[in-house]
Amino acid sequence: MIFKNIALNIRRSYYEGIECEEINSERTRTVRGLEYRQASAAHGGLLFMHSVPGIAYGDQVIVTDHRNHKRNGQVVQISGELVTIQVIEGTDDLDLERTWVRFLQKPFQVSLSTDVLGRIFNGIGKPRDDRPPIVSSLKRNVNGAAVNPAARAYPKEFIQTGIAAIDGLNSLVRGQKLPLFSGSGLPHNRLLAQIVRQAKLLGEESNFAIVFAAMGISYSNALFFQNNFESNGVLGNVVMFINQADDPTLERLILPRTALTVAEYLAFDEDRHVLVILTDMTNYAEALREISTEKGDVPARKGYPGYLYSDLASIYERAGRIKNRHGSITMMPVVSMPSDDITHPIPDLTGYITEGQIVLSRELHSKGIYPPINISPSLSRLMKDGVGKNDTRDDHIRVANQLFAAYAKAQEVRNLASIIGADELSEEDNHFLSFARDFEAIYINQDEQQERSIYETLNISWELLSILPASVLSRVSEADLARYHHWEGHPGNP
Amino acid sequence: MDGKLTQINGPLVRAELTEACIGEQVRIGKLNLLGEVIGREGSTALIQVYEDTGSLILGEKVEALGHPLSVELGPGLLGQIFDGVQRPLLDLVQLSGDYIPRGVSIPALNRDKKWLFNASQTLELESIVSGGMSLGTVKETELVIHQILVPPNCSGRLIWLAETGSYTLNEPVARIKNEQHTEDLLYLSHRWPVRTPRPFNRRADSIAPLITGQRIFDTFFPLLKGGKAAIPGPFGAGKTMIQQQIARWSDADIVIYVGCGERGNELVDVLESFPQLIDPRSKRSLMERTIMVANTSNMPVVARESSIYVGVTMAEYYRDQGLDVVMVADSTSRWAEALREVAGRLGQMPVEEGYPAYLASRLAAFYERSGRVHILGHEKNNSDSGGKDPVRKDQGSVTLIGAVSPPGGDFSEPVTGHTKEIVQTFWALSKELADARHYPSVSWTESFSEYVAVTADWWVANVHPDWLKLRAESLSLLSQAQELMRIVNLVGPEALSSEQRWVLEGADLIKEGVLQQSALDEVDSYASPEKQFLLLQMMLIIYHQGEKMIVLGMSVQALKKLPLLITAKRCKSTYSSEQTENLKQFIIQIKSDFQKYRLEYTQELL
Ligand SMILES: Nc1ncnc2c1ncn2[C@@H]1O[C@H](COP(=O)(O)OP(=O)(O)OP(=O)(O)O)[C@@H](O)[C@H]1O
Ligand SMILES: [Mg+2]
Repeated sequence: MIFKNIALNIRRSYYEGIECEEINSERTRTVRGLEYRQASAAHGGLLFMHSVPGIAYGDQVIVTDHRNHKRNGQVVQISGELVTIQVIEGTDDLDLERTWVRFLQKPFQVSLSTDVLGRIFNGIGKPRDDRPPIVSSLKRNVNGAAVNPAARAYPKEFIQTGIAAIDGLNSLVRGQKLPLFSGSGLPHNRLLAQIVRQAKLLGEESNFAIVFAAMGISYSNALFFQNNFESNGVLGNVVMFINQADDPTLERLILPRTALTVAEYLAFDEDRHVLVILTDMTNYAEALREISTEKGDVPARKGYPGYLYSDLASIYERAGRIKNRHGSITMMPVVSMPSDDITHPIPDLTGYITEGQIVLSRELHSKGIYPPINISPSLSRLMKDGVGKNDTRDDHIRVANQLFAAYAKAQEVRNLASIIGADELSEEDNHFLSFARDFEAIYINQDEQQERSIYETLNISWELLSILPASVLSRVSEADLARYHHWEGHPGNP
Repeated sequence: MDGKLTQINGPLVRAELTEACIGEQVRIGKLNLLGEVIGREGSTALIQVYEDTGSLILGEKVEALGHPLSVELGPGLLGQIFDGVQRPLLDLVQLSGDYIPRGVSIPALNRDKKWLFNASQTLELESIVSGGMSLGTVKETELVIHQILVPPNCSGRLIWLAETGSYTLNEPVARIKNEQHTEDLLYLSHRWPVRTPRPFNRRADSIAPLITGQRIFDTFFPLLKGGKAAIPGPFGAGKTMIQQQIARWSDADIVIYVGCGERGNELVDVLESFPQLIDPRSKRSLMERTIMVANTSNMPVVARESSIYVGVTMAEYYRDQGLDVVMVADSTSRWAEALREVAGRLGQMPVEEGYPAYLASRLAAFYERSGRVHILGHEKNNSDSGGKDPVRKDQGSVTLIGAVSPPGGDFSEPVTGHTKEIVQTFWALSKELADARHYPSVSWTESFSEYVAVTADWWVANVHPDWLKLRAESLSLLSQAQELMRIVNLVGPEALSSEQRWVLEGADLIKEGVLQQSALDEVDSYASPEKQFLLLQMMLIIYHQGEKMIVLGMSVQALKKLPLLITAKRCKSTYSSEQTENLKQFIIQIKSDFQKYRLEYTQELL
């Protein structure tokens, strides 16, 4: 067989990056260079072909269809007889007889240089902005490699977002991965835009960058962010990777990896503090389910593959800090909760990997509260080392705990009131009701343009805690109470 | 005999490899990836690969190494962080930078470091030595005297024992003539296959509680040294915090912290904070007794499966030296998922939620490696060494504590279900409590411990005869309160009598004053058994005194306004475990205050 001989004679490096010349244009031959025409089946984004020697697991593939259009693929399984290729642009209407497959003999890579700033790309790093591709000798595998945990530095630096419900109760620190759990119709995009606008991460001019990775979002949402970056005058520090709702589904699988490879470069080669926005991870996970079902992988819950956890982790764990490197990757993924269900596998597994979550609530949203952050299920795990005496204020953690506890108690009282009527409540319970009302209206609720300093946020906290008598405030210290609590002074108290 | 790669499917590959047997280690391809044979189909070996298989090429060479996955055991383990196949991660940073490279082999323990070996003063030349006997000791850290053990499967006539002096791990310290009349050299370290439990003489009864310094555990749902416990809970409920608290404060000799499929930053947190933290008993840095094993969620999934075994084998090794070892595994669900992934790719029949049928037996076999044992070889070492050799206890223990991460927080899933059948202590975390920031969010209704009776003996002997009574009383108060809340939520608080409303307050005192314990509060983070008891006693005294006041006609409203209530709730973070005198003082104060109130009330009545 001719193709065997040719293939055996090729040296890997020879073909790398070199356009493949057509050795023989005869349609009857099945091989030209490293290009083969022996696909035996195609369905659901997977292309199956007889095995050829020399190809490696994970390698990038170019599929040229009968109209001479190029599609991108990746080797996802190899056995003695069969190679399985995942085709990003899909396998619809492939005429197998006239489809050529070329193995690039290298994994998916992205070219890296600071020229990426201000640019827009698709999921595999091809320009979407009609400008030339990035040229650089520095290329990296988009899958990255796992950071050695012993090389990590623990993230500790408080980022002020100017949003009370985040800064006061679920503080974000530099290098954290903190997702927004949201739902359709909830204002997560506006909230993200506000964070991008106000985050004091941006305080250090030129030293920051934003990597915006959009998977399956609508044109108008993509435009919303682009306009936002533009009106903030940060566009020159932003790299956008965009896959719209009508773009190929499977491209969503590689897009966050391409984006994060660029983010790692900016953070750890170029010393920048990078904020990575991934939206929407639910679209990503759905693409993964689609392909895994096609491959016949054993499903775990709701049809999602058993490896969804590890797969999501290979994305989320790329956030963080590394010892002796100056930059950082802070990550804010958006996860839509299907049917607002936080136990759905996508938000559930995300919560198991990320360092907390900010949960948006439809109920608060319909009460007209912005940002509609439901604080009870929200959490920032890295808050404990990022706030307090030397970072924000000594009472910060205790006040936050007290607000959480008081709000939880107030919710109980609300439930009770809805059963027995507010008139039946005790005096103390009534205090809790007023607390909850003001907490939502004054603390959580704030204007989209309003930027609160952490001290303002803490002071508002004490205003609210002063609605309650000291005898129910066991989470704060006596010293805190003496200093900040002014129960007598509160209007409407007996 | 080298084989050839014939199939690549994620972390599972197949090779034409006739010689290798199941369990054998292999090296694959130019990348030199490490794998393990997990099955055979005729001449084909099924291999799970501990490293990412990207860029492997069909037809590449597969080399069988002739031994199963094993770990190196000897001085130098403490203070280290290893990956799932025992590569030292700190050294790996030195060697290859910030990202984990593939295909490197690097010894677990430092080859150049010299250790001061104190040869046994009681072993006699020409005597028969056998597995588990001690050849001498090395002071591994200020905290730990490391016994140099004869490997368990080794015995013979001692023909040479090195003199006390400095040796590296490459230098022999003893020579024995075995039954085949050939000579074996023994070193400061030896290897042991991780999937084979290390042998012991016989099991012993566990008697002492593992004191964790956490009230909800020690006082309410105790665990024994040598016991097994599980911590199931939804994300963010506090499993990791609990395990870190146990790693920090428990009265074990050695702590092994296995981060299995969890976050990199959590391991850094331990790595950065433990060296600074001081053990309340020995006053030494906690890192001197800690070993970490890390396979974070972005590291290869197959090494997740092995990390648990690497951890527990090191635990058994220190147990064999007569020490009490605690191993925390965060999270066993990720380990089970790694099993599931390999099983799925092997095409094995899934039984429940994709898990293979052997899930339950694998879990049971893992937890079975816990326990308190009479250690091997101890009785053969001249036990009465007249103070010449450092004391080595004749018993050691491995306590296993596994976190479980049920999908959607639903405890009816397979991993939680099977684990619950196996363990004797079950610390169930509740989302409701965590959302209300009641930490540790351990549910007092769903949790259980089968060790309460045994533990009671210890508490009576060491703390107070009333321990069992107070524990039972407070649990009953909590369950009464729960019942009453049900009524309140149906018909409102007016339906309750004053006594009943005071029960709700009493339960609150227990919850806030005893059960809630902040890991982040310097004073509250650790509570000695005595402090735990005093706090419990204090809350119950207030409750009972209040009961009497109600009989005298004082309203619950008025009682709730007494400042001593909130002061009592704050005592946990006001007084440290060294300040138990202040707690006792305060209890006396409480009693006398109530005495005063009583007088006032009786006077009013008259
Ligand atoms: N004992 C405690 N004291 C104070 N805070 C606590 C305590 N336990 C938990 N928390 C808080 O809850 C957060 C989440 O805890 P943790 O990380 O242990 O959860 P987890 O159950 O391990 O979650 P996951 O399954 O996602 O890993 C912590 O970051 C901390 O803020
Ligand atoms: Mg955890």
